[in-house]
Amino acid sequence: MAKSEAEVARVYGGPAGWISVAIPAAIFVWMLQYMGAVAAGQPVLVGIDWVPSMDIRLSVLIDGLSLTFALLISGIGTLVTLYSTKYLGNHPEYPRFVLFLMLFMVGMLGLVLSDNLIALFVFWEITTISSYLLIGFSSDEAKSRRSALQALLVTGTGGLAFLAGIILLGNVAGSFELSEVLGQGDVIRAHPLYPAILILFLAGAFTKSAQFPFHFWLPNAMAAPTPVSAYLHSATMVKGGVYLMARMNPALGGTDAWFWALVIAGGFTTVFASVLAIRQTDIKQVLAYTTLMALGALTLFIGAGTAAAITGMMAFLVVHSLYKAALFLMIGIVDHETGTRDVDTLRGLGRKMPLTFLGGAIAALSMAGIPPLVGFIGKEFLYKAGLDMDRATLWITGTIFAASALMFVAAGISVLRPFTGKLAQTPQTPHEGPWAMWIGPLLLGSLSLGFGLFPDTLEAWFVAPGTWAVYGDYGYAVDLYLFREVNAAFLLSLATFATGAVLYAIHRPLRGWLGRVFEANPIKFDPGWDRVLDGLKALAGWQTRLLQSGVLQRYIFTVFLTLAVGIGATIWAKDAMDFRIDWVGSVEGLQFKHWAVVVFVTAGAILTAITTSRMTAIAALGVVGIGVALIFIIFSAPDVAITQLLVEVLVVVLVAVAMLKLPQLGLARDRKRRPVHAALAGTIGVLVTMVMIGVVQGNIDRRLTDFFEVASWPEAYGRNIVNVILVDFRAIDTFGEIAVVVIAALAAYALLRGTRYDRNGDKPEDRT
Amino acid sequence: MMNSIILNAATRLVVALLLLFSVFMLLRGHNLPGGGFIGGLIGATGFVLHSIAMGAQATRDTLRYEPQNIAMIGLGIALAAGVFAVFFGDAFFTGQWWFAGADPADPDDKGIPISSVLVFDIGVYLVVFGSLLTLVLALEEEV
Amino acid sequence: MELLIAIMVGVLVAASVYLMLARNVLRFLFGLILISNAANLVIFASGRLTPQSPPLIPEGADAPVELVANALPQALVLTAIVIGFGLFAFALTLVYRTYQNLGTLNSDEMRLAEPVEAKAEARK
Repeated sequence: MAKSEAEVARVYGGPAGWISVAIPAAIFVWMLQYMGAVAAGQPVLVGIDWVPSMDIRLSVLIDGLSLTFALLISGIGTLVTLYSTKYLGNHPEYPRFVLFLMLFMVGMLGLVLSDNLIALFVFWEITTISSYLLIGFSSDEAKSRRSALQALLVTGTGGLAFLAGIILLGNVAGSFELSEVLGQGDVIRAHPLYPAILILFLAGAFTKSAQFPFHFWLPNAMAAPTPVSAYLHSATMVKGGVYLMARMNPALGGTDAWFWALVIAGGFTTVFASVLAIRQTDIKQVLAYTTLMALGALTLFIGAGTAAAITGMMAFLVVHSLYKAALFLMIGIVDHETGTRDVDTLRGLGRKMPLTFLGGAIAALSMAGIPPLVGFIGKEFLYKAGLDMDRATLWITGTIFAASALMFVAAGISVLRPFTGKLAQTPQTPHEGPWAMWIGPLLLGSLSLGFGLFPDTLEAWFVAPGTWAVYGDYGYAVDLYLFREVNAAFLLSLATFATGAVLYAIHRPLRGWLGRVFEANPIKFDPGWDRVLDGLKALAGWQTRLLQSGVLQRYIFTVFLTLAVGIGATIWAKDAMDFRIDWVGSVEGLQFKHWAVVVFVTAGAILTAITTSRMTAIAALGVVGIGVALIFIIFSAPDVAITQLLVEVLVVVLVAVAMLKLPQLGLARDRKRRPVHAALAGTIGVLVTMVMIGVVQGNIDRRLTDFFEVASWPEAYGRNIVNVILVDFRAIDTFGEIAVVVIAALAAYALLRGTRYDRNGDKPEDRT
Repeated sequence: MMNSIILNAATRLVVALLLLFSVFMLLRGHNLPGGGFIGGLIGATGFVLHSIAMGAQATRDTLRYEPQNIAMIGLGIALAAGVFAVFFGDAFFTGQWWFAGADPADPDDKGIPISSVLVFDIGVYLVVFGSLLTLVLALEEEV
Repeated sequence: MELLIAIMVGVLVAASVYLMLARNVLRFLFGLILISNAANLVIFASGRLTPQSPPLIPEGADAPVELVANALPQALVLTAIVIGFGLFAFALTLVYRTYQNLGTLNSDEMRLAEPVEAKAEARK
């Protein structure tokens, strides 16, 4: 008996929760061991052959970039799963949730660690699919389903482009191994296919990382449970695209096309998203848009491409993951304990939820870029890199300035407002969440503070190795610091605080004004998306009506007609037939048994086709089957013959059993169509005969057979060559085939035992 | 289901013989005509006969295990036999051999050969056996 | 003999195509059995027909000592027969179930998925 949902949660919820925490924690600890080698500037490369014939290896590349990502994924993964034990622990589908989350984590880790581009793509798709499942976790809500599908279609389409790009790149570089591809940047950039590769890769990266104009799916994806948002949409999945761009920088980066594509798209996303962030009233949406802003900034600085820019990018990457995950977890606690995330409702929670407030506050200070938190360092080095650029200086610095000021406001909106002031009425009485929930924001917050106070650690562990890997120069000296002198970047920081403070003071009227501006804007991406989908559906409907007449007979007729034309045209065009056939020689030496079998089978086939009695048809079919078995016997195929005979017995049994309930054949077709059908059938028969004559007249390639004959005993220790081929040389094929047999049996079983429909095709209860 | 005493009595014997014969065909398959496919078919044929003589429910009782479970277990065994090779550093589905009691000096003395290939063939046997019975029994019960 | 088999296969295919074009799905099923037999024969005969001896290695030898039948198409056909049976059994249950639910074996009357009314409407 199937267990009821609540029972499943009760029985498996506990262990599922703890296992799900233990796995990422163990991976985190395991990954730490590579820290020493990577910090010393020595990437680790290990791997096993997967599909050697196609140059696909399951290889792992651990360098500064991938290790940083792997630690973020497993570290934040640990906190998020721990958090989920309380956030969703009582949900009836909690084990399913854990399964998806683990699947996602595996995909993400594989994505950042794999050295082979094909493997990377496989993991890339795993993250796409698992994020679809996670966003649509509340599958009973239409909004959830729509958001999930949108995310899947946008990132999935990008994934296809990415695959095409990988294949092109693999052909150009002569290898799918990243460790080899990355060293051939000059060859790749000079190749005529470079623009195509670039466009395809960026299509993958931009959709995954929600860069403008593919940004619209990310805020919608906030329909997912909050731990998912914290995990997928802040720290990990959306950074998959950023990872890809950073990873490919040594191979694809450095050209004008790369520079402008990333700088413009990234910069635009940065400003656009931070303005939209201010507009929101749902704090989770505010955070969603600030995530977009961060992704834009990361893209921008990968595009900028100088060593300083890459340093800033790496610093900001770590900084952002720390504070954004903390803030998402924080708003999850608030939502969980008060029942709302509305910025206008929440006030004065600080005294009720002091630990959550503490964690959130540190994270928010980091997001606002206030010293001595690590956010300040991140921002400072972005400014520094922007000011040092020799082109697009104003654009890069300007976007970062605007975004940082708006981040300051967003930080205020998401923490200062809900936690300070006088306690307001909320749907549930607020109180502190359980420790498993507040430990996450608190720990991440303390890391933000710790790294801010000890920037050298951040530099040595993450930023320097990451910069080396992305910039491709292991000699570059990275130097992070909190404060050294009053320079242009520092002054810009001060200006940012001032602007941010002013904007925060007026943010509520500003929000109203922005709302009106955006309402007036005619270009809306989300409704536009619906129109695109509707268009696709209309197109599909049109071509379906064109091709699908709904009459089975006509479909089959079309299929066979196409077959006949295809074979006939090929024979005619290639002039493939040699009609000088040695008929006399071919029948020479034939014995009576040969003729008898041929006559039997032919007669049986014709009788089956023309009879109107089903018993005659079954008997005739039996004659054909036995005749075929006799051919196998005559021509030395004992295994095949035995199989054929046994199957023939079973066919007769099955048909006989089924016939008990099936009607007589009756007159099968109307007279009008009969000549046409007979003509087509005859044509195909003649064509097949011609093809076969052509085949048997030609020379036979016996190389495989010869190999099997020679290798069968010495290598596979079997004297029955047929069986050795089946279970040893081609065992993987056989495995596929027996899987098909099982599937056919189960499908038939399900068909017989499954849901019954009545004659109108309606299931008694419901029909969708 | 047919009510014939002679058929009923003979069936028990024939099923036992067929089952024995099917295992014989399975085991000798690597060197002589036979193997998992043929063995499975023979075994299934025996139980099909049983079900015709005694009814599908009686066959299910005799089998003890649901035929679809037998098929799935067979598939699992076949897969395990294939994956087994990976632990020895070979590619998937590479045969692993162990010659019990063989004389290493004599290349033609294979002792009693035990191999992952035989395990794979046993998996094939169970799949064919289980799948066919799943089909036949379900159809018989339906009619 | 191959040429004779070629002609025989031609007849088998012609008969099965004729059966598969019928409106009665049971005939379609018979055509399916015939065509899988024909396909197996095509593969088998393409490996050439050798009446000498089956592809077995005699005791004491490392490889077949005389010319033996081509083992490769035999292996392919063997699995094809079993899979063909699986396909046939599934098709048979499908036909059987369809008849139980719809009360007809005529494919023209099976219009559940693409009802005639809906089509007429869509054309407007």
